[in-house]
Amino acid sequence: MYGKGLRPLSIATVVAIAAGLSLVFFYAPLDADQGFIQKIFYLHVPLAIVALVGFIVGGVFAIAHLRSGNRKWDAYSYVAIHMSVIFGVAVLITGAIWAKASWGHWWVWDEPTLVSFLIVFLMYATYYPFRYAIEDPERQARYASVFAVTAGAFVPLNFMAVRMAQSLVHPRTFGTANGGLPGSMMFTFLVCLAATALLWVTLVKLELTAKSTSGQLKRLRRALDAPAPGGGGSRIAPEVS
Amino acid sequence: MTPSRVAYVTILAKDLRSELRTLQSLPAMALFATTTFVIFRFGLDRTQLSGSLAAGVLWATLLFAALLGVNRLFVAEREEGGFDAIRLAPIDRSALFAAKATALFAYLAVLELVVVPIFALFFLGSAAALGPLVAVLLLADLGIAATGTLISSMAVHSRARDLLGPLVLLPLVVPLMIAATGASEPLLAAGGPGYHRFGSWLAVLSLYDLIFLLLGWAVFDFLLED
Repeated sequence: MYGKGLRPLSIATVVAIAAGLSLVFFYAPLDADQGFIQKIFYLHVPLAIVALVGFIVGGVFAIAHLRSGNRKWDAYSYVAIHMSVIFGVAVLITGAIWAKASWGHWWVWDEPTLVSFLIVFLMYATYYPFRYAIEDPERQARYASVFAVTAGAFVPLNFMAVRMAQSLVHPRTFGTANGGLPGSMMFTFLVCLAATALLWVTLVKLELTAKSTSGQLKRLRRALDAPAPGGGGSRIAPEVS
Repeated sequence: MTPSRVAYVTILAKDLRSELRTLQSLPAMALFATTTFVIFRFGLDRTQLSGSLAAGVLWATLLFAALLGVNRLFVAEREEGGFDAIRLAPIDRSALFAAKATALFAYLAVLELVVVPIFALFFLGSAAALGPLVAVLLLADLGIAATGTLISSMAVHSRARDLLGPLVLLPLVVPLMIAATGASEPLLAAGGPGYHRFGSWLAVLSLYDLIFLLLGWAVFDFLLED
């Protein structure tokens, strides 16, 4: 039942990504300062925004799970955080490439947004060992939700603290990131943001469908009283009914 | 007194009494911190510290020493069935959170009472910074007590409990450490204590404390359900 609508969603994602990439390469003007490398902005920034929003969405699903006790929401929360962590890896890699190209270093400590993102990423990276160290599935789901809520509250606080720690007002090399974005760049950026968000939603839906299917398969096997190959599925992923 | 308050006082008194009798956590934390200072003395090859270096050594040491206390916070409850007793008792479960957080706060305050003067003796020329430093220490302790209690109560139920507590807690207290070192750095400056942005850092610390105390209070019920 999770697979419903997956095909039109995937097609929309492919179309949006194709449109976004063509706009990036054929429509958006070259940046006056940074030239061609500035185009990574259309990949890096949407990924970062979608990953952060995804973390918050995972926290909201976790609240729904704690309030209702319905394990479905825990699976949603898990998949949302899981996808955002994967997007987070891409954010850090594209950020490093951009930093190398425009500042000459793979990592710079005086770019508060990038540093904040690293800390948030490290926080959510502990979600996996935390979750899988708890054996009882009921308790695992509850504790993982408490983690997701706690980490969700941590995200804005962390951004504030890191930004305050910049002792000097750092000259924002990317004047383009806030404000002064010309219309054509802004339009391209928004299309890329929508494409990335669609990609995230599609992947979340796909993973939920896969989990639900394997859960159904396991139940069918159990009904047939046949032992599952490999000893009864993984403990790792939360199950979806 | 309401039943919750009675439970709070009773659990807290039990924890403090058992720590006083067994001395399981505090001496280990103090010894750990003192040895860490010695290691920093050779690692950094400095006999005097000031400014950001002093703040970094002090806070890194205090944080790691605090982790020792956090790890042990719920061990007795788990091993002796305290969690089941709390579940059976007709009291608000948040009383356990409040009592444990207060106990951890008390451990940290006693630890700092011992260890911070040793730090000043080892590395600082004068004790002038210690007065205003008390405010930073107390606010940071409150934050560590809130997050430490929350994480420890979950980690204690896992397979890898000694590993998991520090692993999750460390990134969670990064904003706290940023604010604590930010406030301490001018206090520990070489030319006598300064107060550059002292107030705003204390505000960040207070905000952190407030958020995680409220959050711990709100979610603790779910951690004891079974």
